[in-house]
Amino acid sequence: MSNRNGRFGIHGGQYIPETLMNAVIELEEAYNRYKADPEFNRELNALLNDYAGRPSRLYYAGKMTEDLGGAKIYLKREDLNHTGAHKINNVLGQALLAKKMGKTRLIAETGAGQHGVATATAAALMGMECVVFMGEEDTVRQALNVYRMRLLGAEVIPVKTGTATLKDAVSEAMREWTRRIDDTHYCLGSVMGPHPFPTIVRDFQAVISKEIKEQLAEKEGRLPDAVIACVGGGSNAIGSFYHFLDDKSVRLIGCEAAGRGIDTFETAATINTGRLGIFHGMKSYFCQDEYGQIAPVYSISAGLDYPGIGPEHAWLHDTGRAEYVPVTDEEAVCAFEYLAKTEGIIPAIESAHAVAYAQKIAPQMGKEQIIVITVSGRGDKDCAAIARYRGEDLHE
Amino acid sequence: MSKIAAAFDHGKAFIAFITCGDPNLETTAEAVKAAVSNGADLIELGIPFSDPTAEGPVIQEANLRALTGGVTTDKIFAFVRELRKEVSVPLVFMTYANVVFSYGAEKFISTCRETGMDGLILPDLPFEEKEEFLPLCRQYGVDLISLIAPTSENRVAMIAREAEGFIYLVSSLGVTGTRSEITTDLQPIIRTIRENARIPVAIGFGISRPEQAKAMAGLSDGAIVGSAIEKILAQYGKDAPEHIGRYVREMKNALE
Repeated sequence: MSNRNGRFGIHGGQYIPETLMNAVIELEEAYNRYKADPEFNRELNALLNDYAGRPSRLYYAGKMTEDLGGAKIYLKREDLNHTGAHKINNVLGQALLAKKMGKTRLIAETGAGQHGVATATAAALMGMECVVFMGEEDTVRQALNVYRMRLLGAEVIPVKTGTATLKDAVSEAMREWTRRIDDTHYCLGSVMGPHPFPTIVRDFQAVISKEIKEQLAEKEGRLPDAVIACVGGGSNAIGSFYHFLDDKSVRLIGCEAAGRGIDTFETAATINTGRLGIFHGMKSYFCQDEYGQIAPVYSISAGLDYPGIGPEHAWLHDTGRAEYVPVTDEEAVCAFEYLAKTEGIIPAIESAHAVAYAQKIAPQMGKEQIIVITVSGRGDKDCAAIARYRGEDLHE
Repeated sequence: MSKIAAAFDHGKAFIAFITCGDPNLETTAEAVKAAVSNGADLIELGIPFSDPTAEGPVIQEANLRALTGGVTTDKIFAFVRELRKEVSVPLVFMTYANVVFSYGAEKFISTCRETGMDGLILPDLPFEEKEEFLPLCRQYGVDLISLIAPTSENRVAMIAREAEGFIYLVSSLGVTGTRSEITTDLQPIIRTIRENARIPVAIGFGISRPEQAKAMAGLSDGAIVGSAIEKILAQYGKDAPEHIGRYVREMKNALE
């Protein structure tokens, strides 16, 4: 869906230092070669199925449907994947690609730690070296994931610059890539950054919507009326939307992290509060001040705590094909607790943003209508933070 | 004819990078004047950016100090307007694409022209994206400086052919910051540049000592120093200008 230099409408592009240009060109060429290679696809599918546990289940949330009294609700259970989130879909693809390119070392940024854990996992599996950059504040919020990455053999580097969160981890990973390109692949975790990353990551995550479509056709014999996913950079959302883009009857809804509210400065809702800019290799929407200084964003969710959004989402917003709605910390925490109590499923706090919005719209929809919510990850990692939010301190 | 060429008229050029507003604009003005009176041939004025992805820790911290001090693009344009009354060497801005884009590209570039800025360096604007600002730069007579890196390889000729002002040759992999040694073999790159461009070439990234400056300028037409000057600013703050003057004199002497 992207044209030359990876543009989605006016968004995207390759706004990166000259030092990295040949690396992204080489990556694009390798990707174009291998995505058409049957052997590569066989290997990747084997990994996705036998190692990551795909296809993930599409589960009819009967109690939630009954409780909300409106549309039928299905949950796309990306939380059931190996490593506990959708991130593994992209990482297995990129790690395999990097290996084919002769790279021996993976570097990655991580917010909540899910992408870092997935990258460390793939590196362990494929015998590659792995270094993960993580904002120092996030290493505290997500201490369990830091331990998991180290257990998997990765080096975790706490990033102290800037706001010490996801955007700074991305900046530091980009800096590291300019230092060491020859043997290193930057395994970017979302549909952002310079071309070809938004396209590569989208393609590897598109398996989510491909499966939703097939599974729902089998269960209901029809398309859903709405697909809802949370959006930080936007990889699980674009993966959930992609195969429905041409099905205009399907509402595509991305849930942004509003933090303490979009009328406060403590928010990470890019579409709702940001404006057009150029950052981290791409033209897209960013939270920024009047002089283009990137804003220190906030969300309870480390994975959505990013001041930008992937360029394809920016374009889907421009064209009106997808809608992007803000969901606050409080709403997400309530949804986190709601899904646990109602369905016995503890979602990642990121995914809880999507659950929260479904709770709002399901009652207004007819009983014959269908909503699919992508549960992008599981919430074990968030339990300590949510307990803290509720005023309870957990000790092991 | 670009005014930037004049910086290379009297021997090898010494180019100093100074972040505007670190720790305040009065100090920046004094630092620029000290650098110029001690032999700097061209000044790169940094407009600080919150997330400078091509910079090492020293310039990152300089950006942070400047932004914390409250400097803005508007204040920097006002500062340049005043500075131009006393400083006549070529001046170029070094900043990030979003600073220009967000200000409004035409407003930014026309104000460059009006305040007497001669060029613009944007490390996150490679050849493939230069159309974003190049037409406006041409319209207002502001040189958009091209960077070439050790990894540019097959891209060197293409970039050099369309380059304007001077070519900024990045000495080594990685981000800005002082290095004990510069090991890249730059000669083949410079040969390709010379075959494709008639404008001067200056080398930057990693240069801090006189012998490094001499070696790099020996290969090219000039040496660019940033982090070493920012370190002096970090150490001496408002008292930095006289130390910067002495440092620039030492570096410039090494080039002659």
